[in-house]
Amino acid sequence: MEHYLSLFIRSVFVENLALAFFLGMCTFLAVSKKIETALGLGIAVVVVQAITVPANNLIYQYLLKEGALAWAGMPDVDLSFLGLISYIGVIAAMVQIIEMAMDKYTPALYNALGVFLPLITVNCAILGGTLFMVERDYNLAESAVYGVGSGFGWALAITAIAGIREKLKYSDVPDGLQGLGITFITTGLMALGFMAFSGIQL
Amino acid sequence: MASQAKKIILDPLIDNNPITLQVLGICSALAVTTSMTAALIMSIALTSVAAFSGAIISSIRKHIPSSIRIIVQMTVIASLVIIVDQLLKAYAFEASKQLSVFVGLIITNCIVLGRAEAYAMKNPPGMSFLDGLGNGLGYSLILMGVAFCRELIGTGKLFGQTIIPVANEGGWYVPNGLMLLPPSAFFIIGLMIWAIRSWKPQQVEEPDYQIHQVHRTEVL
Amino acid sequence: MTETTQKKGFLGGLMALPNDDPRKTIFIAVLLCLVCSVLVSTAAVALKGQQTINKKNDIRKNILAVTGMYEAGMDIDAAFEQFDVRLVNFETDSYADNDLDPVTFDQYKASASPEYGVNIPGNEDIAGIGNRAKFAPIYLLRDPDTNAVQQVILPVSGYGLWSTMYGFLSVEADLNTISGLRFYQHAETPGLGGEIDNPRWRNKWEGKQIYDENGNVELRVMRGFVDENASNAEYKVDGLSGATLTSQGVSNMMVYWLGEQGFGPFLQNLRTELENN
Repeated sequence: MEHYLSLFIRSVFVENLALAFFLGMCTFLAVSKKIETALGLGIAVVVVQAITVPANNLIYQYLLKEGALAWAGMPDVDLSFLGLISYIGVIAAMVQIIEMAMDKYTPALYNALGVFLPLITVNCAILGGTLFMVERDYNLAESAVYGVGSGFGWALAITAIAGIREKLKYSDVPDGLQGLGITFITTGLMALGFMAFSGIQL
Repeated sequence: MASQAKKIILDPLIDNNPITLQVLGICSALAVTTSMTAALIMSIALTSVAAFSGAIISSIRKHIPSSIRIIVQMTVIASLVIIVDQLLKAYAFEASKQLSVFVGLIITNCIVLGRAEAYAMKNPPGMSFLDGLGNGLGYSLILMGVAFCRELIGTGKLFGQTIIPVANEGGWYVPNGLMLLPPSAFFIIGLMIWAIRSWKPQQVEEPDYQIHQVHRTEVL
Repeated sequence: MTETTQKKGFLGGLMALPNDDPRKTIFIAVLLCLVCSVLVSTAAVALKGQQTINKKNDIRKNILAVTGMYEAGMDIDAAFEQFDVRLVNFETDSYADNDLDPVTFDQYKASASPEYGVNIPGNEDIAGIGNRAKFAPIYLLRDPDTNAVQQVILPVSGYGLWSTMYGFLSVEADLNTISGLRFYQHAETPGLGGEIDNPRWRNKWEGKQIYDENGNVELRVMRGFVDENASNAEYKVDGLSGATLTSQGVSNMMVYWLGEQGFGPFLQNLRTELENN
């Protein structure tokens, strides 16, 4: 139990996908002008991550890993080179399915998110989460915790920067730094702040 | 034709740089820039994927059904990235260890997909190849610039060769550890954007809200 | 733009269909998958040989480096002739008696597998590695003429601040004096914990002693400087300033792998065996 809690806290704060590994930066910078949209995108990311990381874990463990196909009588086959293409395929398919499910069952949320849902497919943070899970060889339970945690961490980061940007609107920023430039510097400062969490072990 | 080709390649270097203006491809630009060798390999990998994927997608653009358009593009890009990854593991093992997951992340690199969608779907293969090449070069320029600052100020070395002798190895320079930490990449790119936009004011963004000066003369 | 109609009838017919026709969609999808899979698989299979060589040489380069024998451009296969690679069985504390090939056995991958891996209970896991394999490869550097053991290289691993650090520790023939330490993989803070790569720090390990008279691991990484004139200084190594947790990780790693849970009992057995020869 502690192990999972520690993993969750680590993936939200210490190994925050946006602020420590810079994944999902493009959407992070482009969508963070208002808190409502940032929050909506963040929630979508959490949902997608929570589903795709365990799904990809199953695919990796039972189809792609070296020796994974032993259940089919082919223990010597190593298909790990097909990993990238399989994960992105799974992610694209999952996003499509989630989109359709949301359209049917939660139309309000679906309309609020609008174009962001398909954008999540190409969000590096989603693929990055899966790739880290593969590199660290998590089991299914750890993948689920990591998926929720990493998604939540990313959502936290984008909502925080949206809050700061809304306040920055009223600041006197030099012309050259207006918009993109000052956002970069602010994100850098946030990243420094999150480094304070390093070394936390539960 | 030649001048159009030149324009396609040179435009993304400063005037329409994918990182500093189009806000694409930021993720890897920040993470792999602690050493110039890693940045160079990443740049070469991304530029080749962008150029070839542009050419391939462009050559089949007339036959792609719209319902599977994005997936087709991603499959082409993913296959190219896997091939590049395998080549790196075989012929540049040290570098591939340093780059680890970031080579795989080229698949979701917004530059490659963005240019495929915006340019390759509507233009002939030759021009698409050049467009991918140009954007790749623009990306590489920023990447190498950031890596130059970070490696030099952070370790006193460039490409692993000592330029400024470091105190830990008997020299005089105490390296700035901040440069090797992730946040420094954000600061450097922010400052680079400031520099580029001071040089080319047409890239400056309009502020959403401007504070107006109010001059009060009466005492409240 | 006129579509060329010189292709064979069936293919030409399919290609001439409008893009949104379901038959064409399926055809394009299948064709794309086939072409991509062939290209990707060809690349993977063709390059696999070179990749395996790279991985093997990577480990070997690091072992040669920790013994001080590595020079750029050297023939790694020839240099590695002097090394005897054996698998240690942690349960019997002697050489493993099975068919596993010590050269290709990856103990870190095996530590996660159900048949070769053992979970370390929390209170015993001082190195923070979670699991370990039942076997581990060690490398004995033998003198080419007398075949006597000159150095023994042990793989070590442990959690620092950000990551698990993987390295090799080499001990001299008395199995108590350290001759070298080298980390080949870690993700510690550059400039702080990352200084475990700094040759000037690594040199401080040379000549340090591991065990006291009772066979307990006395080797530690201290906070701050070690006064070389103080008693027990031979067991202590200077810590890295600004990298307390990384230094502690290294210290814990040594205590674990050189102690009862790790190679400790095996080294004792080996010492008796070498003394009797």
